[in-house]
Amino acid sequence: MKGIGVSPGIAIGKAFVIKKTEITLNGVLLTNDEEISREKNRFENAVDRAVEEIEAIKSNKNRSLQDEDLAILDTQIELLTDPQLKDDVIEKITSDRKNSTDALIEVIETFVQLFEGMDDEYMRARAADIKDIGNRIFKHLDGGGNPSIRNLQPNTIIIAEDISPSETITMDIVNVAGFATQVGSKTSHTAIIARAKGIPAVVGCGDGIGTIKNDDLVILDGINGVLYINPPEEVIADYTAKKNAWQQSAARLKALKNQPAITTDRKKITLSANIGAAEEFADVFEYGGEGVGLLRTELLFMNRDTFPTENEQLEFYKNVALQSKGVPVIIRTIDIGGDKHLPYFKLPTELNPFLGYRAIRICLDRKELFITQLRAILRASIFGNLKIMFPMISNLQEVRSAKQIVDEAKTDLSKEGIVFNADIQVGIMIEIPSAAIMADILAKEVDFFSIGTNDLCQYTLAVDRMNEKVARLYDPFNPGVLRLISNVIEQGHKQGIYVGLCGEMASDPMATLLLLGMGLDNFSMSASAIPAVKDIIINHSVSEAKEIYKNAMQMDSSEEIIAYLKQHLK
Amino acid sequence: MITNDYTILAPQGMHARPATVLIKLVKNYKSVVSLKRGDKTVRLNSMLNILALTIKGGETISVIVDGEDETEAAQAIGLFFTEQLKDL
Repeated sequence: MKGIGVSPGIAIGKAFVIKKTEITLNGVLLTNDEEISREKNRFENAVDRAVEEIEAIKSNKNRSLQDEDLAILDTQIELLTDPQLKDDVIEKITSDRKNSTDALIEVIETFVQLFEGMDDEYMRARAADIKDIGNRIFKHLDGGGNPSIRNLQPNTIIIAEDISPSETITMDIVNVAGFATQVGSKTSHTAIIARAKGIPAVVGCGDGIGTIKNDDLVILDGINGVLYINPPEEVIADYTAKKNAWQQSAARLKALKNQPAITTDRKKITLSANIGAAEEFADVFEYGGEGVGLLRTELLFMNRDTFPTENEQLEFYKNVALQSKGVPVIIRTIDIGGDKHLPYFKLPTELNPFLGYRAIRICLDRKELFITQLRAILRASIFGNLKIMFPMISNLQEVRSAKQIVDEAKTDLSKEGIVFNADIQVGIMIEIPSAAIMADILAKEVDFFSIGTNDLCQYTLAVDRMNEKVARLYDPFNPGVLRLISNVIEQGHKQGIYVGLCGEMASDPMATLLLLGMGLDNFSMSASAIPAVKDIIINHSVSEAKEIYKNAMQMDSSEEIIAYLKQHLK
Repeated sequence: MITNDYTILAPQGMHARPATVLIKLVKNYKSVVSLKRGDKTVRLNSMLNILALTIKGGETISVIVDGEDETEAAQAIGLFFTEQLKDL
């Protein structure tokens, strides 16, 4: 059975079907005052019991309730005891001679329609609350018929048309292994609760869900949005293995998230993320990232007809700073070139765009573009811990010129009375071989290096990764490339600056110990790759890593080096 | 009978939380309190009624208080609208 996987994970368990109580009018009219009185009492008792039920949940000390849960319950009590609701129901019983069930159904329906018809989204959502309490009173009028969800067997998979907020609060959630519903989407209540509690869930399964019976064996795959009902042995065995694998990696992720990346001999390594937009910060923090080693700014320039203005850029950087929770964010200045076609920026068609007019070369040539970006970054710098990084540096003069323009931007802003972080750090990417080789000279003039191994590798090995014929020569473990990387780190440290690496190599677990042994301070990668790298760092010492690095540097081929590194990862 | 007009200082208007607080407040007094928005008047004891008025932030509503303790009640209600509401 296919649905929408809204909360990842795998659950294997027995189905517990929550049947939607049939709520239909029975049409029975009351014939005398005695019956009217009886129905009024029935209604009032049902309300009392409904309120008691909620009070019981609130005071149940065995389960801890979140603030939001408590607020929902309080609102429910308020609605249950609402005088207008009561007046309307009593009116229907007394004047229209409807029995309490019908009276309740009609009154609830009226209110639900009223609220569902409102413009305000908040009010429309209250319609669900009103339905919810209506159902609760109805249950008590009916004498209840639903097996209690308050006591469940372990590894229960809840099967329902949909699951209401009060149901999730009431149920014995400790024993719930998964949720499967007929309706729903990524943003429905079931999905939100399931994700918050880390319970696998599949919603929107459709009518087929009605075929599932209590105690059926269910395999629920919340990642792919699939359900298996009473599957054969092989499927069970297969999924049991998948479930264990999933749980292990999820547990590892959870355990590592807040752990600092400190080696066994107490060296602190910074693990950061490469991102392109402020929205990605959620992932950065989810995976335990402590900073952004590379903020790409290309997004700002794409999908537009004109250059982004200073203010537009300011909004972008400011947003990044505000979402950053104060962690360091390294912003790479314009890195575009002839390979990227921007409709508003006529760049020459080049035979060798990667060796051509791009990045810092454009910036130093078109000062007005560069200074606009720098001004925006400086203005945003007061909202967070921002740093500036120039890409594609090939010599010292470029560094000096770029820094001069930064100074000019600072002076202008000061004259205009605009605040900025005067001590903002400025660093460079090391991706061109000349820069890597003369790292000793460059280290004196910047606050940090960030090694861009993707391009460094290509330029050093004279290989285009996209060229199938030679792509296999692209090899970060080539002894020449490794020596360059090592030199950059060494020279950086000689001048007391820190060295990070933001190329793919940072995320490669096979390279971690090697880079650690070289003395790398900061690894920046896709957020999701952070836990695996952290796992290696916290389980090794820098001295071990130095040994590994020394040994690797004695080898003359990357095959040998890779085989050696593989051994150490076991 | 005391009638006062108030501007709703909460940007989201009268939502469930402020409505609950106001209802609880009014329960302390014997007077009958009503809310009037435009030409609709409802008793201030029902959350459903208050919500159904869809009072939006920035709107002005009237509060009518009638009873033996109307002065105190009106004062307390006044404080709610001028001081408390914006923090809820």
